[in-house]
Amino acid sequence: MENPNQNLSSPKEKFVKGFQKSLNDPQLRKNFRNASFALKSMRQTAFPDEAAFKELQELGHRIKMKALKNLGPLLRQLEQKCQEKGIQVHWAESTDEANQIVLEICQRNNAASVIKGKSMVTEEMHLNHFLEQHKIEAIETDLGEYIIQLDHETPSHIIAPAIHKDKKQIAQLFNDKIEGAGYTEVYEELNAIARKSLRKKFYKADVGITGVNFAIAETGTICLVENEGNGRMCSTLPPVHIAVMGMEKVIPTLEELPPLLTLLARSATGQPISTYFNMINSPRKEGEKDGPKEVHLVILDNRRSQIYQDEHLQKTLLCIRCGACLNHCPVYSRIGGHAYNQVYPGPIGKILAPQMNGLESTGGVHNASSLCGACGEVCPVKIPIPEILLRLRYEGVNKSRSSKVHEHGTQQNFKESMAWKFWEKIHASPVLYKTNSGLGNLLNSVMPKNAGPLKNWSEFREVPQFAAKSLHQLAREKGVADE
Amino acid sequence: MSDQARQNMLMRLEGSGGRSTTVTLPQAVLEERTPAERSKELQTMMEKVRTEVHRIEPVKLLDKLAEIVAGKGIGSLVFAADSILGKNIQQKWSETKGLKLIPYENSIEEFKEELFAVDAGITSTFAGIAETGTLVLWPDQHEPRLMSLVPPIHIAILDEKRIFHNFREMLVKEKWNQEMPTNVLLISGPSKTGDIEFSLQYGVHGPKELVVLILEEQ
Ligand code: SF4
Repeated sequence: MENPNQNLSSPKEKFVKGFQKSLNDPQLRKNFRNASFALKSMRQTAFPDEAAFKELQELGHRIKMKALKNLGPLLRQLEQKCQEKGIQVHWAESTDEANQIVLEICQRNNAASVIKGKSMVTEEMHLNHFLEQHKIEAIETDLGEYIIQLDHETPSHIIAPAIHKDKKQIAQLFNDKIEGAGYTEVYEELNAIARKSLRKKFYKADVGITGVNFAIAETGTICLVENEGNGRMCSTLPPVHIAVMGMEKVIPTLEELPPLLTLLARSATGQPISTYFNMINSPRKEGEKDGPKEVHLVILDNRRSQIYQDEHLQKTLLCIRCGACLNHCPVYSRIGGHAYNQVYPGPIGKILAPQMNGLESTGGVHNASSLCGACGEVCPVKIPIPEILLRLRYEGVNKSRSSKVHEHGTQQNFKESMAWKFWEKIHASPVLYKTNSGLGNLLNSVMPKNAGPLKNWSEFREVPQFAAKSLHQLAREKGVADE
Repeated sequence: MSDQARQNMLMRLEGSGGRSTTVTLPQAVLEERTPAERSKELQTMMEKVRTEVHRIEPVKLLDKLAEIVAGKGIGSLVFAADSILGKNIQQKWSETKGLKLIPYENSIEEFKEELFAVDAGITSTFAGIAETGTLVLWPDQHEPRLMSLVPPIHIAILDEKRIFHNFREMLVKEKWNQEMPTNVLLISGPSKTGDIEFSLQYGVHGPKELVVLILEEQ
């Protein structure tokens, strides 16, 4: 996979370069501006009444919280129910293990070609790349995923993976990469080209791989949400279906499903319900004429259980991957998804990626936030994203061994810690404090404006002036007793 | 590998969940309305997503079907041969030529080529959901899963009396937690995508057209 940043050394440098590149790309910025606007308005029409949204949001939050609080027992129950009905359950602690499990199933079935439904968890595993290394063709079949796969890219949005491209770019891509496609910018024709080309892939595939939107413990049901029908193809046509889920996807009962489905469909694309809601209960039974003969469920951890161990941070795992927080984020809508250099971009990525892959290794994405709070407000399951961001910033400098956060305490910066030590000293001594606060006024004249330590700030902004008199002085002059 | 992973994963989850949360779900059955009212709501919702909906008297079913077949130029139709509807269809088209009836009799491994070439598929439905404009399908050995997915046109027959207010009402009343078939499908319109510049396009992978024939309550 081509990565323009691969020669850079630190994750932080990569991130900084990545977003600078995005900010300087007018085409990309236009595409994201349009996309965020479109997705935001779609959601808005689906939730016309703020009070009703809040009520549903609270319900969604409670359902997912209840699921989370009982995660262990629910996963056991899910496993048992699935097994009773012939679904084979596998557990993977790491993405490597999950890849290995998928590969073994494919190899056992002599699979040469795999079709995939859209799934973020398999992106997390870099599964396509892995399968291709083992000579198995893995074809993305969701239209957006198909487009970016043709261009060797990764998704830039968790719901709409190809929104960074406009139709001209897609037309060119189809013309270059799909035999006999020709160049067309007509939507209908682009759609028809993809349909025709992918039908052939569906037809001959040996294994279908999908993610899981919800897994119901009570009944052992795998649920898939989609609009295109490719997820149905992947889970019905080939003789083998492998569903991969993050371990937090399980919910207790069937009855708790409808509110979550409503929240997901409305938050993601403003639909009352997705075109297809596909509930899978078992492999093909005796006498049935289609459906896979083998159904596998792979349950992936990949540090989720570690995130789980912190009662506050575990709320990260409530996420139902609707993408609303991305669309409402002022940072995401300017820099787009690729700039983050992470599988999960935007606000959810800023809290999930550092916990999964390490605060240091993700280059400080959790710092790239204005803490405006929009993400937390629109989140259908009420994840306190801004609070978690702050907490992760703290964890960056927290050296305590009791911290469960991956790579905690790695963000300690020498200058910053010296500055805080200095601050602490001054504030502990009245004499030092007084001298210091009088010093500001003197500094006004000697402080260079566009150079020195303030350069980064002052290049784009007015440098604030220290006040001529301190607050204490002013208060005394007004006759307020100063103790 | 999997056993060890399972043990480790479950162990890490133990004891760190914290206090449990309670959930109070809203009342399941929200309102009593007549089947005709529900049916109209379903129709409105489905028409918004380019579904063709016809409410007809049950006795007019075959005539309506013939009209659709002719109107859309359907040359071949996959159907369930052994259902009552299937028998009626066979009878109706035994006299007239022009429509090739294709029963789904063999397993997909043998039937795939033929299925991918068919113009349309006709299925029954388990129920409908008014609030979201949704058809509920319970495919079985007579009406396999791919009948409603592979052909470019899907025709579905829905009994008006079987339309529920919302998903939850149906789950509860029909006791789905006690029994469900291999696959349950909720279908709310023809296949669609917005992946290119959010331009809504129908018929990306599944059916391009969805036709619903609602049988009025008599
Ligand atoms: S964090 Fe909330 S808003 Fe963002 S994707 Fe997850 S559920 Fe949606």
